[in-house]
Amino acid sequence: MLHKTPLAQLHETMGGKMVDFGGWWMPVNYGSQIDEHNAVRTSAGMFDVSHMTVVDVHGEQAQAFLQYLLANDVAKLTEQGKALYTGMLNDNGGVIDDLIVYLMPLGYRLVVNCATREKDLAWINLQAQKFSVEITERPELAMVAVQGPQAREKVCEVLADDAETLNKLGVFYGKALSGQRTEWFAARTGYTGEDGFEIIVPAVDVNAFWQQLADAGVAPCGLGSRDTLRLEAGMNLYGHEMNDETSPLVANMGWTIGWEPTDREFIGRSVIAAEKAAGIKQKLVGLVMRSRGVLRDGYEVVVPGTDERGAITSGTFSPTLGVSIAIARVPTGNVSDAQVIIRGKSVAVEVVKPCFVRNGKALI
Amino acid sequence: MSEIRAELKYLESHEWARVETDGTVTVGISDHAQAALGDVVFVELPEVGSDVTAGSEAGVVESVKAASDLYSPISGEVIAVNEALEDAPETINSSPYDDGWFYKVRPTELEELDNALDAEAYQEATE
Repeated sequence: MLHKTPLAQLHETMGGKMVDFGGWWMPVNYGSQIDEHNAVRTSAGMFDVSHMTVVDVHGEQAQAFLQYLLANDVAKLTEQGKALYTGMLNDNGGVIDDLIVYLMPLGYRLVVNCATREKDLAWINLQAQKFSVEITERPELAMVAVQGPQAREKVCEVLADDAETLNKLGVFYGKALSGQRTEWFAARTGYTGEDGFEIIVPAVDVNAFWQQLADAGVAPCGLGSRDTLRLEAGMNLYGHEMNDETSPLVANMGWTIGWEPTDREFIGRSVIAAEKAAGIKQKLVGLVMRSRGVLRDGYEVVVPGTDERGAITSGTFSPTLGVSIAIARVPTGNVSDAQVIIRGKSVAVEVVKPCFVRNGKALI
Repeated sequence: MSEIRAELKYLESHEWARVETDGTVTVGISDHAQAALGDVVFVELPEVGSDVTAGSEAGVVESVKAASDLYSPISGEVIAVNEALEDAPETINSSPYDDGWFYKVRPTELEELDNALDAEAYQEATE
């Protein structure tokens, strides 16, 4: 039985090509993934991300619980609506999921991945037994990401009476919207490398909102372009750049670990602290292939100076750059070139920082 | 609903073959295939003068989403390839049966195409 978001019918009406995405009936594109990608880079596009899971954490020990559950420290959230990106680790220091936490008036809100929903909720509820907290999943909330250089302007046009609130919202901050929009929550976050909002909307309101955005000229975009956009922006995707067996230290997530204060005990801490002390063995890099062809997940990467092989964790054709790009995990060390094995042939690639495009501009 | 042309022969792997009036055979991929692949960004075509074999790999089609091998519906010598695809691979999406053709073959044995699917059988195969 496929899960459907409240927008599924509207996607089909608007020409969405629907696929089974991890058990969810989602649009992969509305005709051309490249056109949708370019809309986000040059104007504005929108994504149905209602399959992501919203979990509220309330109760007197909410902060203490999340300080134990998450590798980043929620005590850094000192202002209402501030967002924090973090990994949730297992006892071996592997990444169960990556997620965003918001400080809310009554506690905290987590937004977690859909593919990991069941194991996340099981893990969170298991760990919560030792704390005085209430964990509440919010399936009645949908979510729409509006992204691109014109995204904020378009959202302000549609939600005109909230425009002031929306315009004041700083990067990586969220805020509840005005009185009649009960449960609406807009955050200046995203997964594309462009400006914009991710807006939590009650399921009953989301179809009208999506239609109004479409009427305002925001391009409906599928999961295909969501992936090429995040890859160009060098953002991790759970299950590709990290998983239960991967330490955040080899997934370029070191910056998300709250090592201070040193006496904060969080799940996985001792294991990753030992790994760090012993020296981190691998890292994520960006690859650029100037010759024809497309780098794909799983392709082997040969770097100079070591017999250890790396591997591509995410590869694609970059619509913005017109060449193929990839994120790869390789042995630690500074190299500027490598070889990728494509169908038995060795092909030269450049090694760069894993961030290729930001705010519409090429970084390589 | 994808277009299936009645006058063509098809493989289950979604290539089509068209017998031209001069007895040569043109090869491409079906509308169903281009839709399933999504935006095509790169094709690897056989070289002019090389031989291709029915049922064997003759090239590669890469879309943003995936790489897919191209199987030749017919054996013979490649007499032309669609060089326009190098600069405009998206033609395969916009015109899979006309401007988006891949290569032309002088067939060794035209009867090989009797083994391929006709439009009706291909229609059933894609349902």
